[in-house]
Amino acid sequence: MRYFIKKSITLIMTLFLVSAAAFLAFQIIPGDVVTSILGTEATPEREEQLREELGFNDPPAVRYFNWIADILRGDLGVSYRYSKNMNEMMPVSELIGDKLPVTLWLAALSLVLITAVSVPLGVLWARSKSHFLDALLGVTTQAAMAVPAFFLGILVTYIFGIVLKFFAPGGYVSYKEDFRGFLGYLMFPALSVAIPKIAMTARFLRNSLLTEMNADYVRTAYGKGCTGRRVVYGHVLRNAMIPVITFLGMIVAEIVAGSIVIEQVFGLPGIGRLLISSVSTRDLPVVEILILYITFVVIFVYFLIDILYRAIDPRISEK
Amino acid sequence: MKTLSPAKKWNKYFTAGLVMTGAAVFLGLLGLFWTPYSTTAMSAAERFAAPSWRHLFGTDNFGRDIFSRVMQGMGTTIVISTLVVLFSGAAGILLGALTGYFGGVLDEAVMRVTDAVNGFPSILLALVFISILGNGRQNLILSLGIVFVPSYVRIVRGEYLRLRDADYIKRARLMGVGRFRILFVHILPNILPVFGVSVMIGLNNAILAESGMSYLGIGVQAPDASLGNMLSDAQGYLQAAPWYALAPGMVIVWIVLGFSLFSEGIRRRVE
Repeated sequence: MRYFIKKSITLIMTLFLVSAAAFLAFQIIPGDVVTSILGTEATPEREEQLREELGFNDPPAVRYFNWIADILRGDLGVSYRYSKNMNEMMPVSELIGDKLPVTLWLAALSLVLITAVSVPLGVLWARSKSHFLDALLGVTTQAAMAVPAFFLGILVTYIFGIVLKFFAPGGYVSYKEDFRGFLGYLMFPALSVAIPKIAMTARFLRNSLLTEMNADYVRTAYGKGCTGRRVVYGHVLRNAMIPVITFLGMIVAEIVAGSIVIEQVFGLPGIGRLLISSVSTRDLPVVEILILYITFVVIFVYFLIDILYRAIDPRISEK
Repeated sequence: MKTLSPAKKWNKYFTAGLVMTGAAVFLGLLGLFWTPYSTTAMSAAERFAAPSWRHLFGTDNFGRDIFSRVMQGMGTTIVISTLVVLFSGAAGILLGALTGYFGGVLDEAVMRVTDAVNGFPSILLALVFISILGNGRQNLILSLGIVFVPSYVRIVRGEYLRLRDADYIKRARLMGVGRFRILFVHILPNILPVFGVSVMIGLNNAILAESGMSYLGIGVQAPDASLGNMLSDAQGYLQAAPWYALAPGMVIVWIVLGFSLFSEGIRRRVE
C-alpha cells in the first residue's frame, strides 16, 4: 500500500512536469498565433484585443494554471485551422472526440493480436528441439523486425487487399455506421502494427524461458516426476512472464507510436492522423493536446505495469 | 576456452553486413552525383513501365526511372541519418563523459531526463520538435538528433563510470594529467568499441526514423527523392504498379538488415 501511494505521488509529479514541459515548449514557438488567425492585414488594435482575449498578456504561471484548469474542466481550447462555421472556431475536444475510439480500438486489437500470437509462439520456440524450426523462427522474426511499420502496412494492403481481396483498401467504415465492418477493416492495420511486435515479444519470451529453464526449481520439478509440459506451463512460464510483462508495457507505448504511422497508411481517421496533419499545418493547440493525451496514456501504462509487476511477483516487495 | 572459441576476425554476420551496407552506401552516395537516368525527367510514353533491363525497377506515374530515384533517395537517407548520428553521438559523448566522470547534480538531472525520454516513443518526440521548429531538412536532422541523444548518453555514461576508477586513470590523475585530457585522451579511446556498436544501432534507428518522417510528409519534401516520400507517392498506385512501392520499401529493409547484421558482426568481433 505504501508502495502504491509512493508510486501515485510520483505519477502525479510526472504528469505535472510533463504538462509544464509541453506548455513551455508550445509557448516559446516562433511565429505569432495572433497573426496566423487574423492574417497580416489586421489592425494593431484588433491584434491587441485578440491577444487580451486569448489571455496572452498574463504572466506564464497564471497562463499555465488557467490552461490546466481549462483542460481538467474539459475545455481543450480551439483549433486554429478547423472551424465549425463562419464565426466559430472548432473546439479541440470535438475534433478529437470521434477520432479517439478509432485509435483506441486499433491499439486494443493490436495488443490482443500480439499477446495471442507471441506467447504460444515463444513457448513453442523455447520448447522446440528442431534446429530447422529454431533457424526458421530466428530468420523470420529478424526479418519482421527489419521491416518498417509503414512499408509493412503497404505490404499488408497489397497482399491482403489487392491480391487476395480480403478487404478494400481505403474502404474505411465508420464505427458509428457498421461496427462489425469497422472491426473487420481494422484487423489489417492492427496486423501491421502487431507483426514486428509479435516477433520482438516472441524472441524475448523465448530467451526469458530458456534462462528460466536453468533454474534450480526446474531440476527439482523434473526430479519429482513432472512431465516437460507441466514444468513449462505450471512452473517456468509464470516466472518467465514477469520480464515479458514489463516488455509488453513498453510495447503498448510503441503501439501508440506505431498507430500514428499505420493510421496514415490505411487512411484511418484516428488521432494519429489528426496529429500528423496538425503538425504539417502547425495547428498547435491540437498538437499540444494530442501530445499531452498520448504522453499521459504512456505514463499511465508504465504506472500500471509497476503496480502489476508487484502483484505478480511478491519477491520484489522484499527488496 | 581459447580452443573452443578462437577470436574470429571475420564471421558470417560481419561479411554479409559489410557486403549489404557497402553496396547500399556505394549506390546511395553515387546516386547523389550520378544516376543512370535523370531523377526528374518525365516521360509520358513510359508511364508505369514494369521492371526490365532498361528500367531495372520500372518507372513511376510520371515515367521517371525508379532505380535512379531510389539511388538518390538512398543517398539522401544515408546522409541525413549520418548527420543525425554525428550530432547525437557527439552530444552523447560530451554529456555522458561529464555525467559519468563527475557525477553530482548534473548527472542526476541528466539521468532523470534520459529515463523519461527513453521510455517514450521516439517518433512522438520528433513530432514535437518538428512542430516547434517547422518542416524541412535541417529541422528534421536537428529534431531526430535531439531525440537520439539520450540513448548515447546512457551508454557513454556507463562506460565512463566503469573506467573512472580504473588503475591507469587513477595513475594519470596522480601524475597531474588535466581533466580534459583524462576524459577525451585517456578514457575515450577505450570506450570506442562499445560506442561503435551503439552508433551502428543508432544509424539504423535514424534511417528508420528519417524514412518514417518523410513517409508522413514531414521530412524531405516533394521534388527531392527520399525513400520515405517515394513510398507514400507509390501507395496510390499499388494496383497499377506494385513495383513502385516495392522498390523503395525493399531497399529500406535491405539497408536496415545490412546494418543490423554488420553491427552484430562487429559486436561478435569485439567480444
